[in-house]
Amino acid sequence: MSSVPARPLALINARLIDPTLGYDGPGGVLIADGRMVAVGPQVTAATAPATARIVECAGKVVAPGLIDSRVFIGEPGFEHKETLASASQAAAAGGVTTIVTMPNTKPAVDSVSLVEYIARRRGDDILVNVAPMAAATKNLDGQEMTEIGLLSAAGAVAFTDGHNAVANANVLWKILRYGRMFDALVVQHAEEPSLSKGVMNAGELATRLGLSSNSPYAELLQIERDIRVVEATGGRLHFAQVTTAKALDVIRAAKAAGLPITCGVTPPYFALNELAVGDYRTFAKLSPPLRAEQDRLAVVAALQEGLIDVIASGHDPQDPESKRLPFAQAEFGAVGLETLLPVSLELYHNGHLSLLQVIDLLTRRPAHLFRLPGGRLAVDAPADLVVFDVDVAVRIDADKLKSKSKNTPFDGHPTQGQVMMTVVGGRVVYEA
Amino acid sequence: MALMASTHGSPTPAPISPPGGEGRGFFHKHLLGIEGLNPLEIGYLLDIADSYVEQNRRANKKKSLLKGMTLINLFFETSTRTRTSFELAGKRLGCDVINMQTDASSIKKGETLLDTAITLNAMHPDILVVRHSESGAVKLLSEKVDGCVINAGDGRHEHPTQALLDALTIRRRKGRIEGLTVAICGDILHSRVARSNIHLLTTMGARVRVVAPPTLLPAAVERLGVEVFHDMRRGLENCDIVMMLRLQQERMRGSYLPSVREFFHFYGLDHAKLSAAKPDALIMHPGPMNRGVEIDTVVADDIHRSAIQEQVEMGVAVRMACLDVLTRKARETELKNGGAA
Repeated sequence: MSSVPARPLALINARLIDPTLGYDGPGGVLIADGRMVAVGPQVTAATAPATARIVECAGKVVAPGLIDSRVFIGEPGFEHKETLASASQAAAAGGVTTIVTMPNTKPAVDSVSLVEYIARRRGDDILVNVAPMAAATKNLDGQEMTEIGLLSAAGAVAFTDGHNAVANANVLWKILRYGRMFDALVVQHAEEPSLSKGVMNAGELATRLGLSSNSPYAELLQIERDIRVVEATGGRLHFAQVTTAKALDVIRAAKAAGLPITCGVTPPYFALNELAVGDYRTFAKLSPPLRAEQDRLAVVAALQEGLIDVIASGHDPQDPESKRLPFAQAEFGAVGLETLLPVSLELYHNGHLSLLQVIDLLTRRPAHLFRLPGGRLAVDAPADLVVFDVDVAVRIDADKLKSKSKNTPFDGHPTQGQVMMTVVGGRVVYEA
Repeated sequence: MALMASTHGSPTPAPISPPGGEGRGFFHKHLLGIEGLNPLEIGYLLDIADSYVEQNRRANKKKSLLKGMTLINLFFETSTRTRTSFELAGKRLGCDVINMQTDASSIKKGETLLDTAITLNAMHPDILVVRHSESGAVKLLSEKVDGCVINAGDGRHEHPTQALLDALTIRRRKGRIEGLTVAICGDILHSRVARSNIHLLTTMGARVRVVAPPTLLPAAVERLGVEVFHDMRRGLENCDIVMMLRLQQERMRGSYLPSVREFFHFYGLDHAKLSAAKPDALIMHPGPMNRGVEIDTVVADDIHRSAIQEQVEMGVAVRMACLDVLTRKARETELKNGGAA
């Protein structure tokens, strides 16, 4: 329908960060017809076409758009918490150009028609690329595998039961074995369910607050077992969030043994610890629970080491009625699309990672894992880009989030870094 | 100007200023838990409560201290003893008491805890006494109301007036709390009474032991400043106080314990185990007791050892003290305004 061809766009005098080439240096990007047509120091105001819109970046970062591989949306079924449109607005404001959506909707995304509905949703109100994950089991009930082949063909980029672990060893075994035919990626929630009925991390604070709790061993047990299932079946398994030192140790060993295992993490687990629960703060009620400080430090070390493959937001919108409750009755989850970049940049500002490494974890590596385009600044690549100021100090303000839900544990959190512009397919979808 | 009309001219004879000198007092708006209170505040509450014990033993038990004030007993979990104790405490201080028993079914009808809080707040209660099955629920409610809130038990978190009444019982029997050895025995994991008592007793300088099987202990409980024992005889050795906890029926079978019989064998208080404690050790229980589960009937009824009846008596006095202390600010304001009018 867009009959008016978009003007070329030239981002000039920027600090280019391309994790694919490992490049961090000055330059510009020229965009036309939805693609990058020139990248490098030669892109300047003088060389840009006369019709182009010139954006003077003044040393701000231009990087590939973020690929967020863990986004819960409310559509269909929970549109009061988030729609695809509102999630895409939040994504655009957060510099995220592709969201990988979770199947935990109502009905669950376990059928070809629902995968197609999400994968093919396009329109002026959907500002970013949407790549759906499908359920690993029918109705997410952990019993029968979904149509992995047909769902892959329909556009499902991976298979997961989302918040639920695929607990039954036989079911996981069959999914991984069958899924190999299609090179399917299975994404696992790594918490042994029978040990995960609590509402926060086991330890002194849970004991003081009188809250039921999960041992960190719940994560270790699930991961150790699953590693053996991968060893037996050869299927690709990704642990969505690994949050404990012990579990990271066994993943390190499994990777060293050459098993097709990957893992991710979301910002709360490297930026916060269980003390964020404080005096029953339900916005800090997450699954898995926020952990002890030594586990948080282990996550940071694993990011430095390269053991953790991707950082995702884990965006999980909840309306006030789901959170303004006694702690045990409140829903799990936190929004994260708009805090993903600034909180991840703490790893750079604190000296744990280079800026290139942070961007790599947010762009190239998730693109590689989920077989998505993106994660590079290169001629002919889709023009999915983010422009951000890496240094500016910003205090996160929940009320200013674009997401329909405001449940962030980072409200009031001081950060450095702010998205100035987000470009998806050559279209400017957000400008600060 | 108008401020000159002070308490001197007031017709109310009630003494407002706390006894015991400058700087002593209790200046929190609510009583949500023991954790965070300091020894002076706890000691002060116990002193006030002590004075009410004597009043309660007279034929005329009633004072008009809280005349005109409204107390709502808001219980989201069934209770007879605690609710009655608060009701008596309120009535003996002269305030109007309303009981609201709201079980879980009415929550399912759609009204949330905060809706209930806002609704009740519009009726201007001066004191809300709240019990709820979820930890932290009473604090959540306290953020939405103008009156003062007393936690009458929230989930497994705290039951501060129980700990205060236990402390008063101990202090009256033993003359002190500091330096005593107290064993708290049974289901520590699910017990708000245990948590409040641990906070209070450690704050007041007692040595606290917890005696329980590992499945009934919360994680890192030693970080609360207690010694952990699984063997009850060893746990009771040379104790001054043996504090038993009620074992909830639903915990007795299956995942926490193999059977009632096995629990009583290892953790039921009988004379054999009690013989490890000091000869004059005091036996306490928050009630209601499961005779033959956590406590042997003979032991429970031993009038020389058991303080269980006395705990109930102290409960009313302690709750009167809490009502008195928490409403002081509101009563002072009222007096000033009344005097100015």
